[in-house]
Amino acid sequence: MDNIIEEITGSEYKYGFVTNIETETIAKGLNEEVIRTISAKKEEPEWLLEYRLKAYRKWLTMEMPCWAQLDIPEIDFQDLIYYAAPKQQEAKDWEDVDPALKATFDKLGIPLTEQLALAGVAVDAVMDSVSVKTTFKDVLAEKGVIFCSFSEAVKDHPDLVRKYMGSVVPYTDNYFAALNTAVFSDGSFVYIPKGVRCPMELSTYFRINARGTGQFERTLIVVEDDGYVSYLEGCTAPQRDENQLHAAIVEIVVEKNAEVKYSTVQNWYPGDKEGKGGVFNFVTKRGICRGENAKLIWAQVETGSAVTWKYPSTILKGDGSVSEFYSVAVTNNYQQADTGTKMIHIGNNTRSRIVSKGISAGYSSNSYRGKVKVAKGCQNARNYSQCDSLLLGDKCGAHTFPYLEIENSTAQIEHEATTSKIGEDQIFYCNQRGISTENAVGLIIKGYAGDVLNKMPMEFAVEAQKLLQISLEGSVG
Amino acid sequence: MLKITNLHASVDGKEILKGINLEIKAGEVHAIMGPNGAGKSTLSSVLAGREKFQVSQGEIEFNGKNLLELSAEDRAREGIFMSFQYPVEIPGVSTVNFLKTAINEIRKYHGQSSYPPGDFLKMIRQKMELVGIDNKLLNRSLNEGFSGGEKKKNEIFQMAVLEPMLAILDETDSGLDIDALRVVANGVNKLKRPENATIVITHYQRLLDYIVPDVVHVLYDGRIVKTAGKELVAELEEKGYDWIKEEVNRA
Repeated sequence: MDNIIEEITGSEYKYGFVTNIETETIAKGLNEEVIRTISAKKEEPEWLLEYRLKAYRKWLTMEMPCWAQLDIPEIDFQDLIYYAAPKQQEAKDWEDVDPALKATFDKLGIPLTEQLALAGVAVDAVMDSVSVKTTFKDVLAEKGVIFCSFSEAVKDHPDLVRKYMGSVVPYTDNYFAALNTAVFSDGSFVYIPKGVRCPMELSTYFRINARGTGQFERTLIVVEDDGYVSYLEGCTAPQRDENQLHAAIVEIVVEKNAEVKYSTVQNWYPGDKEGKGGVFNFVTKRGICRGENAKLIWAQVETGSAVTWKYPSTILKGDGSVSEFYSVAVTNNYQQADTGTKMIHIGNNTRSRIVSKGISAGYSSNSYRGKVKVAKGCQNARNYSQCDSLLLGDKCGAHTFPYLEIENSTAQIEHEATTSKIGEDQIFYCNQRGISTENAVGLIIKGYAGDVLNKMPMEFAVEAQKLLQISLEGSVG
Repeated sequence: MLKITNLHASVDGKEILKGINLEIKAGEVHAIMGPNGAGKSTLSSVLAGREKFQVSQGEIEFNGKNLLELSAEDRAREGIFMSFQYPVEIPGVSTVNFLKTAINEIRKYHGQSSYPPGDFLKMIRQKMELVGIDNKLLNRSLNEGFSGGEKKKNEIFQMAVLEPMLAILDETDSGLDIDALRVVANGVNKLKRPENATIVITHYQRLLDYIVPDVVHVLYDGRIVKTAGKELVAELEEKGYDWIKEEVNRA
C-alpha cells in the first residue's frame, strides 16, 4: 500500500522553469526608503505612499502569527527583495511584448494573444512585481467594466481605489496584511458598474520568476448593484531550493443583488520530495456582501505551496445575503496547509455554506480552520458546514478546527465532518475491474472532490481535476 | 481455460490452500462448496490477484498464460471477473462512470480505442434490461447506500458489461432474499456462453437451485476433497459437511 502511494504522488512539478529575462530589482531589505522607492517607481500619489508608510509602521509593531497548525522556519524579512520587474513594462500592443515573456505565458498555457485566448476569458498576467499584459480590455470597456492592473487603476481610477482599498481588509488586520499594504507591487482591479453582467470570465495569472523576491499583490473587486462577475486566479512559480514568500490581499465588495464568484487554482511550487524549497503562501482574502441579497462564492483548488495560510472569508452584512465556500486542498510530501474560511453573519436572514475537502498524502499536514460567527442582532442566520478529510497513507495528518460563535438563538447551524482513507479494498476492487492503481486513485479522488470541482468555472474544471491527479501522482494507493 | 496445479497459498504466514488442483473448460459452470474456513474465499482472492495472499507453490494457467505473473488489473483485462462478497463503496463515482473507466482501460490493454460514448450508453441500456437493474441505481455513487441485494445485482450488472471469460462468484448468495437471488441467478444464466466459464463459490445449496453446475467440488482444509456432478449438491444439503470431514480424516 505504502509503495503504491509513493508511486502515485511522486510526479514532478511542471511549472518549475525559470525565464531568463532582464529584471530590474532593488536592493534587498525592508525599510521606509524601500517603500518610498517602490512608490516612486510606480509614480504613486502622495496619499498612497502615506498609506503604505502607515502600514509599514504598524507592521513593525506586530508579530508573525503562530496559532496555525504550521511549522514555519523563521523568515528573515531583511533578506528579501521587495521589487522585481521584467525590464519591459506593460505593453499596449501584442507586438511590443518581450518574446521571452510571451514564451513564458505560452508555456504556462496562458495565451496572451486575444486570438488564441480561451473563449470568453480575459486575462491579466502578472510576473513578479508588475502586470505584463491585460487582454480584452477594450471589449470590456464597452460594457463599462474596468479590468486592469492595480497600478493602472491607481493612475486611471484613483477615486475608486481610494474609496475601496483597505475597506474590507484594513492594514491593521494582521501581520501579513500590514506587510502587503506596505510593499504591494501590483495585482488586478475589477469594477463592474450597476446592472452589468460581465460578459466574460476575468482571470489573473500570477507568476513568481525572479530569485529571492517576495511577491505581494493585491486584488480589488467591486461589483455595484445587480452586477455579476466570475473571476479566476491562477499561480505558479519556478522550482528553487530556497523558500519564496508570497503575501497577498484580496478584497471584494458586493453591493445589493450583485454576485461574485471567485475561483482559485493555486499551484505555487510546493517544494521537492524532501521538503526543500517551495512558496510560503500567506494570503488574506475577504469579501463583504454589503447590500441586500448580495452573493459571494469562493471556490478553490489548492495544490501548491510549501506552506499555505489562507482563509477566504465573507462578511454577510446585507440582509438576505449569501456566501458559499468550496475548497479542495491537497498536501503531499512535506507540504503544510492551514486553510478554511470565516463566515461572519451580521444581516438578517443571511445564509452561508462551507464545503471543505482536504486530501493529505506523504508526510504532509492538512488542517481545516473555519469560523462561523453570528452577531447578536442577526436574526435567522443559517450555516451549513461540511469538512471532510481524506488520508492517503499513514504518515500524513489531517486536522479540523471549527470555531462557532453564535450570539443569536434564532441561528441554525449545522456542522458535519468526516475523515476517511483510501482503502486497499477500494483500490483492489478497481484493479479487479481492470483499472490501474493510478487511475483508481484518480477516480476515487475525483469522486471525493466532485462537489467542489463542479463549482469551478467550466473552462478550468478539467484543468483543476488534472492538477489534483498530478499533485498526488506517485503518492497514492 | 483455467488450470490450477498443486496451488499452495498463505496469508499472514498461515497456509490456507494446501495443494489445489482444478481444471475448468470453456462453457462449464463449476461450483465450489465447503464449510466455513475451508479456503473458498482465499481461492477466489488468489485467482483475482489480491496481494496479501502469497502463493508459495503451484501454478495457475489461464488461456495459456501464467496467471501468477500478472497483476490484478491485467488479470481482469485478460478476462477474469470476480463478483465480490462485500462490494466496496466509492463515494461520488457513479456505476456508469466507473464502468466506463474500466472498459476503456481493458480496451486499451487490448490495443483498442475507447468505447464510442453513444454506443457505450446503448450497450449499458441493453445490459440494464438483461440484468433487470434500475437506472436510478446506476447513476448513484457506486454501492453507496445500496442494500445487500442491490450491491449483488450491481456486481452482476458489471459482469454483464465487462463480459469476462471467467466469472468467479464469491458467496454471491450471502445476505440475499429469494427475489434478489433469482435476479442474480437469472443474470448469470443469461450471460452463459459456450466460450466463457463460471465458478460459483457458495456455502449453501440455494443458489445452485438456480445456477445449475456441471461440476461440483468440495473444498475442505485447503484441498479439494471431492468432485462430482450436480447430484452432490443435494447430498451435501441433506447430510451437511460432517460426513466429508470424517471421510477426509479417516483417509
